[in-house]
Amino acid sequence: MKHTIAVLVENKPGVLARVAGLFRRRGFNIESLTVGTTEREDLSRMTIVVEGDDRVVEQVIKQLNKLIETIKVSEITENSVERELCLIRVHAPPEKRGEIVELTNIFRARIVDVSRDSFIIEVTGDEDKVSAFIDLMRQYGIKELARTGKVAMVRGNKK
Amino acid sequence: MRAADAIVRALEMEGVEVIFGIPGGAILEVYDALYDSGIRHITTRHEQGATHAADGYARASGKVGVAFATSGPGATNTVTGIATAYMDSSPIVVFTGQVSTSLIGNDAFQEADITGITMPVTKHNFLVTDPKNLLNTIREAFHIASTGRPGPVLVDIPKDITLADVEFNYPKKINLPGYNPKLEGHPKQIARAAELIMKAERPVILAGGGVIISNASKELVDLAETIPAFVVTTLMGKGSIPETHPLSLGFAGMHGTKYANYALSESDLVIAVGCRFSDRTTGKVTMFAPNAKIIHIDIDPAEIGKNVRVDVPIVGDAKKVLAKLKKAVEYKQRKEWEDRVNEWKKKYPLKYKKEGFKPQYVVERACEIMSDAIVTTEVGQNQMWAAQYFKVKYPRQFITSGGLGTMGFGFPAAMGAQVAFPEKTVIDIAGDGSFFMNIQELATCVKYEIPVKVLVLNNGYLGMVRQWQELFYRERYSATCIGCEKTGFEAIARGFGAVGMTVERPSEVDDALREAKEIDAPVVIDFRVDYQANVFPMVPPGAALWEIIDEE
Repeated sequence: MKHTIAVLVENKPGVLARVAGLFRRRGFNIESLTVGTTEREDLSRMTIVVEGDDRVVEQVIKQLNKLIETIKVSEITENSVERELCLIRVHAPPEKRGEIVELTNIFRARIVDVSRDSFIIEVTGDEDKVSAFIDLMRQYGIKELARTGKVAMVRGNKK
Repeated sequence: MRAADAIVRALEMEGVEVIFGIPGGAILEVYDALYDSGIRHITTRHEQGATHAADGYARASGKVGVAFATSGPGATNTVTGIATAYMDSSPIVVFTGQVSTSLIGNDAFQEADITGITMPVTKHNFLVTDPKNLLNTIREAFHIASTGRPGPVLVDIPKDITLADVEFNYPKKINLPGYNPKLEGHPKQIARAAELIMKAERPVILAGGGVIISNASKELVDLAETIPAFVVTTLMGKGSIPETHPLSLGFAGMHGTKYANYALSESDLVIAVGCRFSDRTTGKVTMFAPNAKIIHIDIDPAEIGKNVRVDVPIVGDAKKVLAKLKKAVEYKQRKEWEDRVNEWKKKYPLKYKKEGFKPQYVVERACEIMSDAIVTTEVGQNQMWAAQYFKVKYPRQFITSGGLGTMGFGFPAAMGAQVAFPEKTVIDIAGDGSFFMNIQELATCVKYEIPVKVLVLNNGYLGMVRQWQELFYRERYSATCIGCEKTGFEAIARGFGAVGMTVERPSEVDDALREAKEIDAPVVIDFRVDYQANVFPMVPPGAALWEIIDEE
């Protein structure tokens, strides 16, 4: 099963290497990892999606907690808002453009670049939505694709 | 103040008395500053020796051990020592020189990315890139190394940083928001544990190295006597209870005592303290203590539930938790269990075939003649014989590389222990293979008058590997005969300026040991023991603890 883990870390050089090294050394599988700044400039937030049973995830969380620069680790697989962003360069010949624009609108995606025979489309949403949109675009020919990986946040008031 | 001077000043503030190391280009400035300091520096002959010595010093004394090395090869040579300390949770701080910040990443002369290299084998490490952070970093390094679950910390300092001008203002406070070891133990969990203990009919305490690290031996023995429960130790836990104590069952595991392994296997409650259920201790892990509930007390939450299922986890410092647990339990007689275990003790003592010149005999006699000595071991058969036949009386008496299993550890570690306790007898129980891995430190011992006694159980083989080849590889002795029967350790010792002796028969052992004990200088005794001697009893790989076998 996939688990989403949010890790608050000190914003210091080498932290990402420590986290990545830990996953490699302990044999944990990273599905995706995103890292970025937070509301505090001295802290970064990593959102890590790992594949594994509860025992594996418990170890992942405990090992992450052991890193000196880790401030907080929380599992946010349930009851959370999850988003990823994906840029897709899709083949868009004149006769297909209408169709693609329509699908883009249905998914509340956006066309962010237009050239003679392709679009770049930006789609955000949870993993399923993004994957569904990518599947739909395949029929037109995807030339390039970049996916951010997941960021997530627990719903409701902050504890 | 010159940063190099500030570093030395900081070490003085941390109470550092001795540094083991080797100078070199990138760390020259710091060595220059050290010239004016009261801190003793011991120049080893290899940086691996320096880190093991710092580790041995730390394990014997409980203080933080400190090692110095220069950049590049100096730094990479420390890696085995660091990994050894990491696996056994030993507090050392290693300072390495680094090329100047402007050169980092350029593959400069003697540049190695030592923080990258040691990331997986340090509790934490630092590369100082701004002189402003220097003193904070040193303060944090010592704090991290010595608190919680201790471990090695490496501080990499570029040469230009050591030349910088800094204001000496040693920080009192530590700013590590993500580091806050839990010490107390959750009262609810302690109550649950006490309840299980009171219900148990066949309780066994499994004491690991954590008991020794947390100076919790008294609390351990108190608890054991109160319940009462037999105490089995891990290899690292040797010394947590005097092995002469009626409740002590010695150490468990692959080459542990039969009665320790039987007791664990038949127990209905294992109270594990400061141990990590390594494969060498548990045997086949799915068959470990199959009828027992398990209470696991450890300061490192990640150890709980890592290898075995745990019924009551208690995160906390062994000393504090054991004391609280003792107050929560009462004496309850468990006669049947007591009798059963005591019968095993009588029926299955450690034994070996006495004909010829057996290495076990040397250890037995050393235990008799040097019973108060601090004992370090190398790794392999010598280590197991030392663990089996040297009855340890007090914590920190027995120092061994349990986790990483580093051959070459024992001798420099003995050197470190001897520096911590100049008045004590310190012996390294060695094999000929292991001793060679850091034999160069004889020169250090001679130069600094560190009177370590090395008992080389010389069988001419990498004995433990040979034993496995004999038992599991149809006696195909691939690459294990190292022919040390042709090596004259006595002459080698003399060549270094130490005292050398050769002992060829059992009747000479006592005299040699007594003589060595009285000599106030490093001594190497070459015991020409039978090469066929093997370590038994033994839990075959993949077997359960109760499937432990004797010789033939």
